[in-house]
Amino acid sequence: MVENAQLAPAADAVTPADVRLARGDRVKNRLEFTAVRAVMARDIFVFMHSWRSTTFSAIVEPIAFLLAFGLGIGALISRVRGIHYIQFVGTGVVATTVVFSSAFPAMFSTFVKRKFQQIYEAVLATPVNVDELVTGEVLWISIRASVYSLAPVAVAVAFGLRPGWGVVLVPLIAFLTGIGLASFGVTISAMARTIGNFNYIISGLLTPLVLLAGTYFPVDTLPRWAFYLDELNPLYQCVALVRHAVFGLQLYHDLGHVAGLVFFAIVMWRVAIWRLRPQLID
Amino acid sequence: MAGAAISLHDVTKRFGQTVAVDGLNLAVEAGTCVGLLGPNGAGKTTTMRLLTAQAIADSGELEVLGYRLPEESKQVRAAVGVVPQRDNLDLELTPRENLETFARLYRVNRKERREAVERALVLAGLTERADASVYALSGGMRRRLLVARGLVHRPSIALLDEPTVGLDPQVRQQLWSLIDELRAEGVTVLMSTHYIEEAERLADTVAIMHRGRVVARGEPTALIREHAGLEVLEVYGSPAHLDEAERFAAEAGHPTRRTGIGLAILHAETGNGLPTGERRSSKLEDAFIVLTGDGPS
Repeated sequence: MVENAQLAPAADAVTPADVRLARGDRVKNRLEFTAVRAVMARDIFVFMHSWRSTTFSAIVEPIAFLLAFGLGIGALISRVRGIHYIQFVGTGVVATTVVFSSAFPAMFSTFVKRKFQQIYEAVLATPVNVDELVTGEVLWISIRASVYSLAPVAVAVAFGLRPGWGVVLVPLIAFLTGIGLASFGVTISAMARTIGNFNYIISGLLTPLVLLAGTYFPVDTLPRWAFYLDELNPLYQCVALVRHAVFGLQLYHDLGHVAGLVFFAIVMWRVAIWRLRPQLID
Repeated sequence: MAGAAISLHDVTKRFGQTVAVDGLNLAVEAGTCVGLLGPNGAGKTTTMRLLTAQAIADSGELEVLGYRLPEESKQVRAAVGVVPQRDNLDLELTPRENLETFARLYRVNRKERREAVERALVLAGLTERADASVYALSGGMRRRLLVARGLVHRPSIALLDEPTVGLDPQVRQQLWSLIDELRAEGVTVLMSTHYIEEAERLADTVAIMHRGRVVARGEPTALIREHAGLEVLEVYGSPAHLDEAERFAAEAGHPTRRTGIGLAILHAETGNGLPTGERRSSKLEDAFIVLTGDGPS
């Protein structure tokens, strides 16, 4: 089995000082993009095997919502705020797509990799720390979410949407939202004892956030207190930005929405690292 | 402990009320193979995890290749290869992709990566199954892949945590050959095991752990001589006969241990007037049981 395999350094080459020069000094204690990229490379390998099922689940369900609401309710309400209803929903469902392709996989896949497959145990035996592990996972999930976010917009285009140039910003908005939501998913995964615990989060938190994001109706129809409370909903910020990107940017308001999403992303990223670390390091 | 590739000084690690590692002192010289031998729960795996900072010591000092833990843990992990006790291969990937992934994680340069992966596939004996699913590999193949994964970056230290646990004898022999090769090539090996034969066969020195401490350390032959003597006398008979033989041996200053249906009297070469029984050479297992008060798991 091992014939001619020369994996190890020669005996006379191994001294602590030599090794320090050869290996350790390449590595820095700070967060290194090399390590983040290596974590993402693993995810990309896995994605190449499972892209069909991953893409199907991330895209088909939001598009089913879009078609059901857009065509069904759209037959009763032709326009909302001057926009055809299916186009109104088409731009709003971007947020639903981001939830399906970021928060959900972040919860389920990180839980499975940590608890059952013990992949993280293996990764943390290499020169990768928890910060880099979480960052790599979150970035990859967010990149995927940004690509998937174009699917509902494409469907809306098929139903007559003529977006402005700002539509090119939609993947960036989805990416930014995805960072926060994927980090949120990692946080929940780190706190959950069983996969069944996710039901509380999905039914009790994520579904209300999606429904109150302005996807299917304008949020200013909500009671005043709920409308103001919705400002804290990152999905509302996402939907507002996507609609403005497609139908016309409102610089002052949109900078506020971007600031909200950036704040949410940074806070959740740090919280995810904080919550996952004690689950991986004894 | 100057010059040691690995050194632990007065290291303690607790999990709640349980003391997993209790004031552990251990030094591993560069280029040697040290076997950590102990029963389940002796603290072997925790010790391994401390050396990659996947567990953080409550007190004590740890150094690997001159790097302090946990402060310089990334530097340590870059130079160390870890083979875990549990199979945590990426089942969704092929063997080649598993190795490629870990070559990246271990920072193998892009130019050297392909060659490193091919070498590791040869090492694992999986060149022909390189692009098969890991699901389709036998338990032995997966174990070999796990070992090759930990060595893909040519580490100068290999931490092998129960490397052959649960394997059939043939695969175990193959892995022993591999560990022999690592030793011959100058890699420092720290290997935990609860297989006494494995420690005896592979390790230059054996450290016997019990309740989080190293209770004895030395070359296997020296440990046997010191703690079990040259010969063991095995006495068989009725429980009453064994009780009497045990009492007699104790009065004569001989340690004993029960061996199921018999009684083993250690240091039998020095005894006069010992009961009648079968004499045999002492084994590491005899020393192990004297030191830990426990049979091998």
